[in-house]
Amino acid sequence: MGKELRQTIKTITSHHLKKNKSQVFGQNLTGVGWVAGTLPKLFEKDGVIELPMADVAGGGIVTGSALMGKRPIYIIRYQGYNWFNCIFIVNYACKSNAIWKIPCPMMIRGISSEGSIGPVAGSAHISTIYKMPGLKIFSPMTNKEYSNVYKNFMKSKDVFYISEHRSSYSNTKEFKNDLTGNKDIILMPISVTRFAAEKAKLILEKKGFSVGIIHLVNLKPFLIKSEWIKAIKKSKFGVLMTDNDYVDGVLRILAHQINEKTNKPVSVLGLDDKTAGHHKKVDNLPPNELKIAERVKIIIKKK
Amino acid sequence: MINNKRNFSLNVFERASICRHFENEVYKRIVKKEIEFPVYLSAGQEYAPATIAEIVSKKQIKPLIFGQHRGHSIYLSFGGDINKLIKELKGKKDGCTYGMGGSLSIHSMKINMYGHDGFMGSNACIGTGACFSSKKPTIIFIGDAALEEDYVLASLSWVSKKKLPILFVVDDNNYAVLTKKDERRDWEAKELAKAFKMQSFDMMDDPMKISKYLKKSLFKQPTLVNIHTQRIFWHAGAGKDKENVFDRYLQQKKLLGRKADLLDEKIKKRMKLLWEKN
Ligand SMILES: Cc1ncc(C[n+]2csc(CCOP(=O)(O)OP(=O)(O)O)c2C)c(N)n1
Ligand SMILES: [Mg+2]
Repeated sequence: MGKELRQTIKTITSHHLKKNKSQVFGQNLTGVGWVAGTLPKLFEKDGVIELPMADVAGGGIVTGSALMGKRPIYIIRYQGYNWFNCIFIVNYACKSNAIWKIPCPMMIRGISSEGSIGPVAGSAHISTIYKMPGLKIFSPMTNKEYSNVYKNFMKSKDVFYISEHRSSYSNTKEFKNDLTGNKDIILMPISVTRFAAEKAKLILEKKGFSVGIIHLVNLKPFLIKSEWIKAIKKSKFGVLMTDNDYVDGVLRILAHQINEKTNKPVSVLGLDDKTAGHHKKVDNLPPNELKIAERVKIIIKKK
Repeated sequence: MINNKRNFSLNVFERASICRHFENEVYKRIVKKEIEFPVYLSAGQEYAPATIAEIVSKKQIKPLIFGQHRGHSIYLSFGGDINKLIKELKGKKDGCTYGMGGSLSIHSMKINMYGHDGFMGSNACIGTGACFSSKKPTIIFIGDAALEEDYVLASLSWVSKKKLPILFVVDDNNYAVLTKKDERRDWEAKELAKAFKMQSFDMMDDPMKISKYLKKSLFKQPTLVNIHTQRIFWHAGAGKDKENVFDRYLQQKKLLGRKADLLDEKIKKRMKLLWEKN
């Protein structure tokens, strides 16, 4: 059994606190599962700071810490709280270097999850903040990806938003892109939908479709590699992107860029444009492998 | 004893006079449309920052400073570079904020003054975090209206809980743009801070009073001081809401007599020259 992602995050955090004398801020961090086992069992004296239940002020307090060069980590336990937590981060920390030439680097761990959690707490909410300048956004789902993002953060002067997913914490595997040969369609999944997309690929291949995959980790800045462009241009039916944020957000922003570069149709599949309730019957979930496979079949049939 | 008092008052007056003549020069340029972005003049409100700057300077403390939008007098009182502020207001690259700051977002690392983003009260949270992580003495200047922001209240609560060495200075000009305090709330800043178990004071912008209350306990415990001031000009831009508002600077000038007159005349001339030169 390989190492789980939660262990990597925990090790990185311990190292960051000890070696860099940094601080981790958030609400309800200590105890109750220690952020799903991603936080070492440390307290205020070690740099793990319990913030009061003042979500807007909390983001400002972490911004002040970052302004002092502490390189704090800010844990947002549910990305739905970005609405409150990120106000001063995107309006001060992210702009500080541009206006005052004072970098204000911090690493935000925004955790997404879904399933029976109601109208505000579920899913990813990157779209809320995506447009703001001075912000970098990543969504690592594997050990290597996470370590790389952290290494880059330590070399950077920017605010890093790490869009995590609870289901990825037990992940031990790495992902690989598949762009070999001529594909019918290429999947470009984000966050937790990467696990489903891999499964959908297998389902579709068994049915005789040729399906490529490009795993998206670096969301902002979004760089489209030349080998991706080549493969997409060669594909018969273009791209299907998937995400666990609402469909009218980051997905369409990125889809537009891919379409501009390749001139190929880019379809998107994310959370439906509707409010989730609490019961299973009224939830709003990211696409699973069946839904992704289904959509691919529709796209191919349409042509 | 009297002499000491006199020095202190004259020093404070000098700082205030720099602010006043600076603002008068800015005023003229707004009228002439040489400055076209929103400018928040602080004339009439100089005595709070001027007095506190003199106190910390005497104590040889260099605090972190987090001001709000009406920041010229904070910048100047604490010794920010005058030439650079003039250049900033003229939009020049060698201004104190590289031509990016306008009037609202000015900053100066020389005096540890951090810039404001434009969200009223954001400086309360950011200053709190900066103090928490650096443990440096910190002053947060905030308007009587910004104090009402929910996140400012939350910051006060946490500052008190963590016993941070922060002085909140509420610059109470009684206005949020043109809405008076009694139209907005039924509580006083001093009572609010008390409820959060913070040391708190309420006073006019009389330098001797400010000094009396703050001198001993400065940065020893979380403190809020609500200082009543009188805005002479409009909320933004060049104009007057009322004639004949009480003017602390003129009152002190009269009180201090000839020494103050001479000093004031010198500063006025110098300021005019600096504005022409930059
Ligand atoms: C978060 C936020 N809300 C509203 C405004 C609009 N606004 C700018 S200045 C101001 C009044 C501020 O009053 P106060 O804090 O007392 O400072 P003063 O202007 O009196 O110095 C308002 C409401 C703003 N800039 N930011
Ligand atoms: Mg006011």
